[in-house]
Amino acid sequence: MAYFASTRRGEIAELQEELNSNKPDRKKEAVKKVIAAMTVGKDVSSLFPHVIKSMETTNIDLKKLVYLYIINYAKTQPDLAILAVNSFRKDARNPSNPLIRALAVRTMGCIRVEKITEYLCEPLKDALGDDDPYVRKTAAICVAKLYDISPYLVEDDFLQILDGLLSDGNAMVVANTVAALLEITDMKGKPAIRLNSNSISRILAALPECTEWGQVSILDYLVTYTPIDIPEAESIIERVVPRLAHSNAAVVISTVKVLMKYMDFVTNSELIRSLCRKLGPILVSLLGAENEMQYVALKCINLVVQKRGNILDRDIRVFFCKYNDPIYVKLEKLEIMVQLSDLKNIDQVLYELKEYATEVDVEFVRKSVRAIGRCAIKLERAVDRCISCLLDLISLKVNFVVQEAVIVIRDIFRKYPNRYEMIIKNLFENLENLDDPEAKASMIWILGEYSDRIDDATAQIAHFIETYMDEPPQVQLQLLTATVKLFLKKPDESEGLITDLLKQSTESASNPDLRDRAYIYWRLLSSDPEAAKDIIFGEKPTISDDTLALDATLLDRLIEDLGRLSTIYRKPAEAITNKKRERQIEKQEYEEEVLEYDSSGQRIGEAVATYSGDLLGIDAEPSKRFARIPLQNVLNAQTPGVNGNMGLSIDMAFQRINGEILLDCRFTNSSQALLSDWAMQFNVNHFGLAMGEALALPDLHPGASKNTKISIVTTGKPDSNPPGVPIIIQIAIKCSLDIYYFQIPCMYTVLLSESGLLSKEEFKQTWTGVSDPSEFTHTLQAIDPSYSTYQLIQDRLEANHIFFVAGKSTETGQVSYFSTKNSKDQVVLCEIRVSNPVSAVQVTCKTPHPALAPLFIQGINFLLSTAS
Amino acid sequence: MASALLFLNSRGEVLIYRSYRDDVSRTEVSQFCTQVVAAKEASEQPIVYLNGVHYIHTVQNNIFVVAAAASNINVAMILQFLYKAVEVFKAYFNGEFDENAIKKNYVLIYELLDEIMDFGLPQLTETEVLKQFITQGGLRKSIRDDQIQGALIQATGITSWRPDNIRHKNNEVYIDVIESLHVLVSSQGTVLRSEVQGQIMVKSQLSFMPECKFGMNDKLAMAGDGNSVLGDKGIAIDDIKFHQCVRLGKFDRDRSITFIPPDGVFELMTYRVTENVNLPFKLIPIVHEYDKNKIEISLKIKALFERNVFASNVVIKIPVPKNSGKTNIYAVTGKARLEPEQGAVVWRIRRFPGDSEYTLRGSVNLVPTTSDKPWSRPPVTIDFQVPMFTSSGLRVRFLRVIEKSNYKPTKWIRYITKAGSYQHRI
Repeated sequence: MAYFASTRRGEIAELQEELNSNKPDRKKEAVKKVIAAMTVGKDVSSLFPHVIKSMETTNIDLKKLVYLYIINYAKTQPDLAILAVNSFRKDARNPSNPLIRALAVRTMGCIRVEKITEYLCEPLKDALGDDDPYVRKTAAICVAKLYDISPYLVEDDFLQILDGLLSDGNAMVVANTVAALLEITDMKGKPAIRLNSNSISRILAALPECTEWGQVSILDYLVTYTPIDIPEAESIIERVVPRLAHSNAAVVISTVKVLMKYMDFVTNSELIRSLCRKLGPILVSLLGAENEMQYVALKCINLVVQKRGNILDRDIRVFFCKYNDPIYVKLEKLEIMVQLSDLKNIDQVLYELKEYATEVDVEFVRKSVRAIGRCAIKLERAVDRCISCLLDLISLKVNFVVQEAVIVIRDIFRKYPNRYEMIIKNLFENLENLDDPEAKASMIWILGEYSDRIDDATAQIAHFIETYMDEPPQVQLQLLTATVKLFLKKPDESEGLITDLLKQSTESASNPDLRDRAYIYWRLLSSDPEAAKDIIFGEKPTISDDTLALDATLLDRLIEDLGRLSTIYRKPAEAITNKKRERQIEKQEYEEEVLEYDSSGQRIGEAVATYSGDLLGIDAEPSKRFARIPLQNVLNAQTPGVNGNMGLSIDMAFQRINGEILLDCRFTNSSQALLSDWAMQFNVNHFGLAMGEALALPDLHPGASKNTKISIVTTGKPDSNPPGVPIIIQIAIKCSLDIYYFQIPCMYTVLLSESGLLSKEEFKQTWTGVSDPSEFTHTLQAIDPSYSTYQLIQDRLEANHIFFVAGKSTETGQVSYFSTKNSKDQVVLCEIRVSNPVSAVQVTCKTPHPALAPLFIQGINFLLSTAS
Repeated sequence: MASALLFLNSRGEVLIYRSYRDDVSRTEVSQFCTQVVAAKEASEQPIVYLNGVHYIHTVQNNIFVVAAAASNINVAMILQFLYKAVEVFKAYFNGEFDENAIKKNYVLIYELLDEIMDFGLPQLTETEVLKQFITQGGLRKSIRDDQIQGALIQATGITSWRPDNIRHKNNEVYIDVIESLHVLVSSQGTVLRSEVQGQIMVKSQLSFMPECKFGMNDKLAMAGDGNSVLGDKGIAIDDIKFHQCVRLGKFDRDRSITFIPPDGVFELMTYRVTENVNLPFKLIPIVHEYDKNKIEISLKIKALFERNVFASNVVIKIPVPKNSGKTNIYAVTGKARLEPEQGAVVWRIRRFPGDSEYTLRGSVNLVPTTSDKPWSRPPVTIDFQVPMFTSSGLRVRFLRVIEKSNYKPTKWIRYITKAGSYQHRI
């Protein structure tokens, strides 16, 4: 408890002192306190150098604590994290204790800093070949971690090693290898290695021997494989079936999905029948699990039943709701009850649904009433029974039940017209008040449709019209149509009504849909009333209960995903993954921006002229884009402001878009107060960057975030100090919460102007004019694989205002010269050597302003290590 | 897989936070804490989607155990893992898992979280094995390197649940057959659903590496082995699930149950029976509402098991509306009274002999209220335990233990049937 005591002033200093203590016990206590502070969200990153001093301990408990700390803060302190690398490498070679070796490899993989990964490769390879299975199984997972940070490091070597580990003698190593391959496959979007019959039989051998989690991974991996022929599918089925008796529900669900997939590949109908017979009770047993697990199981069962209806055709009663089931379980059970209902069990089902409709939870009751309607629409021969069930419910006079029944009855009328109008009377008798728009619209629809058989239809509709202008659009539209129908059936009674209504709708309605519809009716009625009748009372498309039906290909994909999030949301896997989607959105936003600019000025003319062959110019040279710099978190919600308040989080990046410098920002309010009164200011800086406009940000509600762009000018007051690497801009922001100071790096490429192209002579002059000491050479290793030829590299640079002046090809590659100018007209020149094929790029730059050289190289590095 | 694990208290405060991947940030996670947990909306959905992050959670003793993920993860596996993780922590904290236990043991928890999950993928979760090398918090002071090596080899081996150096002075096995009876009866008295969820718990105190074979009166297994007693055909079991120590391949081939048990208490198997379920009681409840100010209750309960068996701790709850006032209740045996906090008339009978019948009668006066919301008439529920009785009729036929040192263990068997969700609608 004491560890979580509130922060005191000087706590950090005190901890620092304790960390540097000579007594091991005191040191350990101090690290524990640091971890506690970290847990509650306090920023203890400043203690980094002091904590990692304790890493060189032989005490394994203390070591673990230090590792935990490093994992948490390495990201924000990458330079300091490198200091820890040596200790890690030493631990990874510890000769006597496999636990320490594994721990070192595991932790290094968790430090998600690209700088460290280079040092990770060698110990990781050793660990993958370690004698101890514990080290190997840890290392296998680590390959997936490495892939997540630097995919290019993994591509060939490591994937081959993983392939080899599939035949490891230890089942747990095989299982973790499979898990890593699955992860890589997910990240990559295509299979990490090609599976063949041989590798499949190897992992099948490990299946019965590994832990329950390993079994889930192996089964999930089997789903990604497509059997080559029927005997193979049958033999896989045979080896997987015993897993159905595992006590872990996740193993069972994964087994079910393997069987569901492989069943499609076998033709032996006896085998299929016996599998289906087996699966039924297995699925039902899942309902005995914990509530959350039941929910997942019900979602899976729903899909399995859609695919093979015969699996659960025997007993619908297991899906009856218990009084104390949580609401989310009840709603899923309802779905399956409707799905399984047929003429044999409909009486039982209706009896249950009626029971549910008298409970108190409004949502559950409504869904139950709705379910009765769905059964009616699904089973034509049971409609009478459904209707009488609904009538029983209506007679209870519970208002929301009756309203829901009105909606359901409208659907039944739609599906089976002119059969059940006699029940309209009951509806009116039991309805106290209609406050649900859908119910109201349904009621009005019924009135219009059957106005010739309802005696007081005119009066009823007239009554609804009184509040016409205040209704929601759904009701207004329905009322308009119903009145037209009434007029066509009883013209004498309702002429006044319809003219008034049309007039009101066309003159004073603000909703364009409503106005348009009124105009159409008006013209139709005034030009040809007979035609109007044909149109308005024309045949309606039939409705069916399709709330459950999924497209067959989507269903097959979801069956393969059984148990995963996609089956919960019933959406394809792409729609679930956050990372990919975010990238797509960013790309879209960017494209929209480009379009905006294109349509805003003269550039459009140029575009047409240049791409006359391709009128739309859609795919025109995507590499011509200016590099987009990813947003970076510059202020997090745990950082206190001047007055100690925290909760504002900001992501920012400088961008250059069409000749302008913009500051791309995202503000997120994680505090509990409304944030307003925004103001922002830049500190003086070397390049004179300043805000071109005041920060115009609306009030931000708690939890909300807002993206905005601020245009930046370079005419601000410059600072006389030389620029640092990277260029750091200090910013102050004020809002109703507090005042915050933070800093944001600016990529040098953003400052490069369009006029950076020098003639060959000018170039020569400057190049020779600069003495050699101001020459910088750097070799870039991490080139994005998308720049596969020299030309692509040149395109990328030119698109970002690094202009090609001259160049020549040599035997080994290409040497070219480029020129640039920044916003202050300072020139930086460079020579770029690209090997053929592209593997490394050597950049040599010369400039009269030596301080700019490292910035420039950093910029090129960014451009070439990210895809365009 | 999972990007982060969190333990929160019911106010949404973070007790433990362990990040496994950086596609979910701490800031994002805090939105779940404030907008869902603190806002008390978490009970409506076990899986919540919030600004690009999926939160999967379960609640144990008011502690929210949450996994956050940003990709299409296997929810079934993660949920199972969360349940298992809680089990592991309980084993470490002597059965306690609450805010205090967590705060007291947070260092140990972090160490365990590091071992039971890696990169969001579940790893070793066997408590017995973890205890061999996760010792933070002074469970054991120092371990020698060679001991660790042994523990690790065992942890990754085929019998990851059992160390091979176990010795017991007396070799004993206790078998408990525990059946939970789930019944739903309609207001007309017809049984809508009856199901036995059985559990066979084994406490094994056996030395070295014993090879066990377990047999019960399973219809399919007995048809196969041919030496069953004439007339006893066994019972039909809908579905069986086994502890991971049982060889599933062998069971699939000839329905024999063979295994090397973990040491201590474990759940050997669970099973489900829906055919020929014997209900121990028959209830006839009548709850009648008289013009909104009075309810009359009568309930007859009859024990259907044999005279020499007794049920114990029988508790029958007859729900009444919230606005119940004065009651007048008479029962032949046991104690019956209105318990307002339960919203029910509760009738407790300590000992209920077989083949007997009792009745309760009474009335409840209702206090007039302003709300005219109808009473939802929840079902009558009953709770009981009947020792030496199995609703399914399951019997253990044998347990053979074979060990190289050839000891003869002592075996103990108990049976008990308990009420699961036993509801009678009114």
